[in-house]
Amino acid sequence: MSNFTEEQIKRYSRHIILPEVGGKGQKKIMETKVLIIGAGGLGSPIGLYLAAAGIGRIGIIDGDVVDLSNLQRQVFHHTADLNKPKVESAREKMEAINPDLEVTTYNDRLSAKNIMTLFSEYDIIADGTDNFPTKFLVNDAAIFANKPLVHGGILRFDGQAMTIIPHQSTCYRCIFHNPPPQGLVPSCQEAGVLGVVAGVIGTIQATEVLKLAVGKGRLLTDRLLTYNALRSKFREVKLHKNPKCQVCGEKPTIKELIDYEQPVCAI
Amino acid sequence: MQIRINGKHEEVKEGTILDLLKARNVEPEMVSVELNSKILERTDYVATNIKEGDVIEFLYFMGGGVAEGAI
Repeated sequence: MSNFTEEQIKRYSRHIILPEVGGKGQKKIMETKVLIIGAGGLGSPIGLYLAAAGIGRIGIIDGDVVDLSNLQRQVFHHTADLNKPKVESAREKMEAINPDLEVTTYNDRLSAKNIMTLFSEYDIIADGTDNFPTKFLVNDAAIFANKPLVHGGILRFDGQAMTIIPHQSTCYRCIFHNPPPQGLVPSCQEAGVLGVVAGVIGTIQATEVLKLAVGKGRLLTDRLLTYNALRSKFREVKLHKNPKCQVCGEKPTIKELIDYEQPVCAI
Repeated sequence: MQIRINGKHEEVKEGTILDLLKARNVEPEMVSVELNSKILERTDYVATNIKEGDVIEFLYFMGGGVAEGAI
């Protein structure tokens, strides 16, 4: 405990008092570097809770600006932030919660070109995208870089979350194989989403990140947790690593990152 | 025959996974199907017959909260 300041001991006292976390666990949290993909519905609760929890360094990537229709669920952003780059708005809120935190922003899109360099600077990846080409790119890059990835997804009243430990547990591609054809799976924009579902799923993702950082608990691996807000129901679908998986199976056919054709940006 | 779909017991007609998806208006491209704890390849939906007591999970594609194309 000797390395904590007085202020830190007080700030993190409710963590430190937990036997499973303690001073040692809090130190680990403070030494962990997390990359959040997307400063939207999922990225917001992930970033806010991880900033509060004392994660040492958070990187956040998003190339968009704040739109009025985002505010119903993307709690990073306030009305005064309209038209501001989302990563800037996110940085301000996270730094306001915790001045110890080091935030790195990337006002950019992820691509096969920049993703491996980006991943190399972080310990854990948290996925908050609404873009299937990117979800597959993130999954494959996590497998190649051997970085734990926490997946989350939301649509209408439903959400899902899963943690991926590369080469050990079921990956996103083990389940979903390939991105769906463009336009077939509706986005939040087209189909709607109850804003709070992003809070439920993003908070579960943040929990997984903290468990990974501290090294305690049973991770959400080989299980897809699904949530339905209308029925107030959680379900767990048990999964197995797919031996035929194209990226982490016995005979992987994907050996390089793929930039799938991006959907036309609907501004 | 009786099978279990996403945790619920259901009475369904004989047929393939593809027939089942069609009967429920689920586009085969927007779902992954786990049959008795094994994820099926999409190309197998047409040739996989459903049997009494099968445990089936439909796993849907779900995005995030970011506008498409932003990242």
